Amino acid sequence: MAIITFREAINQALKEEMQRDEKVFLMGEEVGFYHGAYKVSQGLLEEFGEKRVIDTPITEAGFTGVGIGAAMLGLRPVIEMMTFNFSILALDQIVNNAAKLRYMSGGQIKIPMVIRGPSGAAHQLAAQHSQALEAWYAHVPGLKVVIPSTPKDAKGLLKSAIRDDNPVIFMESELMYGLKGEVPEEEYTIPIGKGDIKREGKDVTIIAYSKMFHLAMQAAAELEKEGINAEIIDPMTIKPLDKDMIFESIKKTNRCVIVQEGWRFCGVASEISSLIYEEVLDYLDAPVSRVTGEEVPMPFAKNLEEAALPNKEKIIKAVKSVMYIDQ
Amino acid sequence: MKDDELKDLLYKMIYLRRFEEKAGEMYTMGKFRGFCHLYIGEEAVAVGALSTIRDDDYVLASYREHAHCLIKGSDGGRVMAELFGKEMGVSKGKGGSMHLFDIEKNFWGGHAIVAGHLPLATGMGFAIKYEGKDQVVLCFFGEGSVNQGTFHESLNLASVWKLPVIYCIENNRYGMGTAVERATSLYDICQKACAYDIPNIHIDGMDVLNVKKAFEEAVKKAREEKAPTLIEAVTYRFRGHSMADPAHYRTKEELEEQKKRDPVETFKKKLMQKKVISEKDVKDIEKEIEEKINQAVEFADKSPEPPLDSLYEDLYIE
Repeated sequence: MAIITFREAINQALKEEMQRDEKVFLMGEEVGFYHGAYKVSQGLLEEFGEKRVIDTPITEAGFTGVGIGAAMLGLRPVIEMMTFNFSILALDQIVNNAAKLRYMSGGQIKIPMVIRGPSGAAHQLAAQHSQALEAWYAHVPGLKVVIPSTPKDAKGLLKSAIRDDNPVIFMESELMYGLKGEVPEEEYTIPIGKGDIKREGKDVTIIAYSKMFHLAMQAAAELEKEGINAEIIDPMTIKPLDKDMIFESIKKTNRCVIVQEGWRFCGVASEISSLIYEEVLDYLDAPVSRVTGEEVPMPFAKNLEEAALPNKEKIIKAVKSVMYIDQ
Repeated sequence: MKDDELKDLLYKMIYLRRFEEKAGEMYTMGKFRGFCHLYIGEEAVAVGALSTIRDDDYVLASYREHAHCLIKGSDGGRVMAELFGKEMGVSKGKGGSMHLFDIEKNFWGGHAIVAGHLPLATGMGFAIKYEGKDQVVLCFFGEGSVNQGTFHESLNLASVWKLPVIYCIENNRYGMGTAVERATSLYDICQKACAYDIPNIHIDGMDVLNVKKAFEEAVKKAREEKAPTLIEAVTYRFRGHSMADPAHYRTKEELEEQKKRDPVETFKKKLMQKKVISEKDVKDIEKEIEEKINQAVEFADKSPEPPLDSLYEDLYIE
């Protein structure tokens, strides 16, 4: 196993898939000559040229729609959002075109494309650059939503996303691009729609993805010192969600905490909670607890930003509450 | 042009006129619901434009697209069945009047967000160039679209990247009920192309031969030079925006004045004067078309509704 960064893992996935299939191309703002706003596409322009690594003007609706149109004719575009905050400008293209063209044409069209880039808060980027939007996209029939937490998962899942014949929203994180992890040397893919039990435990199930997964791991380590053994599920794909893995875990632990960075109301955690209540209510010894971002536009001030986001302490508190431990 | 070609253009325009009249009639009879936007008055645009392209060229249009789909080669029965929401419809009943798709004929929809399909057309042009092919894309939209961001974003990209896309404004004077001069800063809309260094052609969209000539030039340019063109075809819709619109925002006098430009009637008269066709020819054409359209209705009527278990089909590819 090699140890590489999350950024390098994404880069390798792009490179390998572009080598494997001529129809794959990368398009977005600053992906070429600048090597990506977060240096994810380093070296790709040099290897594949301007035909396949395409710098765009600042025109999110335009180039996202171009990606969809190219996918309609059988190309396999990877559209980079400099950040997913800007994907809001392309929301009409994604929701009304990418997600719906297959269905409303009675199955005549396929849209094999990936829209990828960093999502969520980084350090003090303020209200318009600090949004976790996975719930928005997961709400839309026709899209898949993938949101990995480790370099290994990112590489394997991005390769699967590029090979997938459906539009896939693939969310990364500014704060995780430098994160290092083991990645197999040999070719591999990870299936979309399968979760991963990243920590086995018996007392409580914590469901957490992307940056929140790492907070959950830190919380679990601390809880272990107090004799609480947490199981951590990283769903990796939000849509389609690996419900069975979650249900099986809850049947074992009887308690559940869900962590998400995004706003609480109608969030991914709301949906997972609801599924749990519908399917495995009888196995629960306590109500499901959600740890989420606060429902405010992200404030700039460091202390306020920290207060608005989930953290290790909030997760520990939630775990203890579902275990009825006095705090 | 040969007489046969001229006759064919007239035949197609009459066919569209009668098809749309029938669609309106079927709507009024309650055969189908939802939105229904008729092309009556604008026939010369679709017929003239599509007479200049090959079968493997691509066409996209707005939600006023029955005509483009039919002229691209779709079967009238399957189009009518789609309007009726039936299984035998071109989109299997899942699209309806605004979302006709017939990919085998290279008709790529049927798009109901104003200007939402312009980036798609641009992307198809990108794919053609990427794969080194020589097809062209024709993209039709109303003049209301030019105030949307995606119009400007698409024209800019098509110009910067030199894409074989022809953007056609079907200027029927009203974006729903808002007259063009109340909505757009520049009355001579096609001049907007100058901002993107794209050639523009302003044409009388009621004259099928005029339309044909402009598209011949633009198609040649797109195919040979991989370059976009913006065409503004000035036309007029004789009916309301949709079946629900009595069109109170315009005067009867205006409508009557515009009807003097009727693309079907004026072209018919022209061909009769030139002795390309006779009264009898017209009667024969009308009779043939009437039969064809009655058969389309019969086909649509007979088609079953989509099966309930198709609700979740065509969403994801396994």
